[in-house]
Amino acid sequence: MGFASKNRVTNPKFWEASGGWSLDSLLEITDLTTEFDTSDGVVRAVGGISYSVGVGEVVAIVGESGCGKSVGAMSILRLIPEPPGRIAKGQVLFEGRDLLKLSNAEIRDVRGRDIAMVFQEPMTSLNPVLSIGRQLTETLLRHTDMSESQAKDRALDLLRQVGISDPARRLTQYPHHLSGGMRQRAMIAMALCCEPKLIIADEPTTALDVTIQAQILELMKDLSERLGVAQLIITHNLGVVARYAKRVNVMYAGKIVEMGTAKEIYHHPRHPYTLGLLASVPRLDQPRGTILIPIEGQPPDLTRLDEGCAFRPRCRFATDRCAYEIPELESVAGDHMSACWQHEDLDQKKGTAA
Amino acid sequence: MSVAETIGDENSLADAEPLLRVEGLKMHFPVTEGLFMRRTVGHVKAVDGVSFTIAPGETLGLVGESGCGKTTVGRCILRLENPGAGKVVFAGTDIAGMKASEISKLRQDVQVIFQDPFSSLNPRQKIGSIISEPLRVHGIIKDPTKRRERVAELLRICGLNPRFADRYPHEMSGGQRQRVGIARALSVNPKFIVCDEAVSALDVSIQAQVINLLEDLREQFNFSYLFIAHDLSVVRHICHRVAVMYLGKIAELADCDELFDNPRHPYTQALLSAVPVPDPTVEEARSHQILEGEVPSPMNPPSGCVFHPRCPQAIETCRREVPELQEFSPGHMVACPVVLGK
Ligand SMILES: Nc1ncnc2c1ncn2[C@@H]1O[C@H](COP(=O)(O)OP(=O)(O)OP(=O)(O)O)[C@@H](O)[C@H]1O
Ligand SMILES: Nc1ncnc2c1ncn2[C@@H]1O[C@H](COP(=O)(O)OP(=O)(O)OP(=O)(O)O)[C@@H](O)[C@H]1O
Ligand SMILES: [Mg+2]
Ligand SMILES: [Mg+2]
Repeated sequence: MGFASKNRVTNPKFWEASGGWSLDSLLEITDLTTEFDTSDGVVRAVGGISYSVGVGEVVAIVGESGCGKSVGAMSILRLIPEPPGRIAKGQVLFEGRDLLKLSNAEIRDVRGRDIAMVFQEPMTSLNPVLSIGRQLTETLLRHTDMSESQAKDRALDLLRQVGISDPARRLTQYPHHLSGGMRQRAMIAMALCCEPKLIIADEPTTALDVTIQAQILELMKDLSERLGVAQLIITHNLGVVARYAKRVNVMYAGKIVEMGTAKEIYHHPRHPYTLGLLASVPRLDQPRGTILIPIEGQPPDLTRLDEGCAFRPRCRFATDRCAYEIPELESVAGDHMSACWQHEDLDQKKGTAA
Repeated sequence: MSVAETIGDENSLADAEPLLRVEGLKMHFPVTEGLFMRRTVGHVKAVDGVSFTIAPGETLGLVGESGCGKTTVGRCILRLENPGAGKVVFAGTDIAGMKASEISKLRQDVQVIFQDPFSSLNPRQKIGSIISEPLRVHGIIKDPTKRRERVAELLRICGLNPRFADRYPHEMSGGQRQRVGIARALSVNPKFIVCDEAVSALDVSIQAQVINLLEDLREQFNFSYLFIAHDLSVVRHICHRVAVMYLGKIAELADCDELFDNPRHPYTQALLSAVPVPDPTVEEARSHQILEGEVPSPMNPPSGCVFHPRCPQAIETCRREVPELQEFSPGHMVACPVVLGK
């Protein structure tokens, strides 16, 4: 983790804040499990996931629609509607404190100040009836001891930092005056308000055009390099992950099925689902006419999971064992983990079965 | 699948009589103000002089940023809009001057597949009735039993179990619903299908299934597609030729390989550079040209070349003169004075 160590040196604030606790991970999630009661039974949206995010590190979570990416991320900040939902078990250590054990007042302090969220649809976190300037200064006044005029200056500075042109005028405007890309920038400015240590970005650019997507992602990357903000990026765009993330967690049906560095995941995938994902996306850098190999079948019904591997019905490599024993994440090599009984042979099988 | 074969056919496609010819198409929407006395305060130049052709069996991609007019072009071809100027000639007939009987025939020959598989299907209608509706409306198959058989066949062609005919849309996944939309479009044996973001809402694993299906169908039935999408990787995969739109105009149009290997227009170059490739090593090595600013309002487009305020290569001419789409090399059209050396 070269980036984290560099950051430690350049960010003295973190030295103080960390108070001797292990410096490498900012966020450490263990066995996080979140369920929902529905008329159709209990949906185990997140089924015991464990991972960590280092200081200043960019980690991506990828996976199909409905696999639990958003619920997993919302659970970190306890933003799950209860009922019907509940965080059934697990631990979410942020700088050594278990966020799941904090009082409501304490977790509210963490939200927005230490950990900020950026959503796919900016209007979910921007207030339509308050000017951009008011929203920024109110957040600043709530979480810091700035004076009103200091907060105004800071708000202006934030808009400038996120590349909004004519920031003084924008402060007086309302969200509906801004284009989609501008709103997304305003939301990132909101997220940066209190210099958070972690930004959780749930599909931050999915609704945007590629050129605007590139602008926003470049901005976020720059911010994390300059200010040492760690990021948890949730996306289903494998290109975005490859361009911006250092480490990747691949989710399927509420579980992490593979994790490792981006290079390990893309160049030596060791879970059949990851293999399938990579074979099914068309790529600009490959010869045209490369045949797409879809993953056949559909994602599973989360209320009907059995004691076997959830990917089994769609898996080309499934064996009898996969039907009655759920594979746990195991090390393939160092920090590269896969939850597949076949992971050792997968490199060879990949060639023959395709 | 013979992808190589389709690509090899490109020369013969270019020579064939086009199935669709769009010439100087313009669609300006009036913008009105006032509650009682509606008065027009301006026009959104959604489509502003667009020309292209599509041959039988050919797929033309239409790409560009949100709001550049892609859907409006599709709607003009479907005669869901009445263009203000220009021609849309389908199979030799200008659709503007069509008689009622000809329009009914056009409604069969030209079909559309929409982006959102959920909102384009009636939630209270069973799948079987959704698919057979065009057959009923156009009186193509009058016998209900025969219609049911045809529905089963269509479901099978689209990789769905014929039993799905008795289900409702909400009982199916996104990919399955998109297949229902395709089956409905196929039911009347069309010649031409407008695919408007037809795979955009789908997960990659499911998206690949639908892309492969569209390619197989094209091969089997010699369909032409107008493939509207903003995902350039998907467009490159499926199209023979590609037109890049910006603010209602075509900036560049070329064979797919030519466009992606040798993009000439500064806008196309920026678009391609913005698309991330799913490979961290490739991404590390790539230089990224980030386009500044945003698409200006189509109500008040910039003078001269509409792209000039964002263009890294703009010269004085670009501010003054509207560039024409001109041939740069055989089959490769560009609307840029810098590229064309003028
Ligand atoms: N309030 C809720 N009540 C019941 N089930 C829910 C609720 N919220 C989420 N779920 C279920 O939890 C599962 C995970 O949902 P989640 O939103 O995390 O998916 P996701 O991976 O973010 O998908 P997407 O890519 O579509 O955003 C889904 O199966 C969803 O149906
Ligand atoms: N009926 C209408 N009345 C007024 N303006 C319209 C109408 N339909 C479209 N427009 C405008 O015309 C322009 C082109 O819209 P169009 O839907 O064709 O864009 P698009 O390229 O399909 O965008 P997207 O990628 O977001 O689907 C936009 O500025 C849009 O707001
Ligand atoms: Mg989500
Ligand atoms: Mg559109």
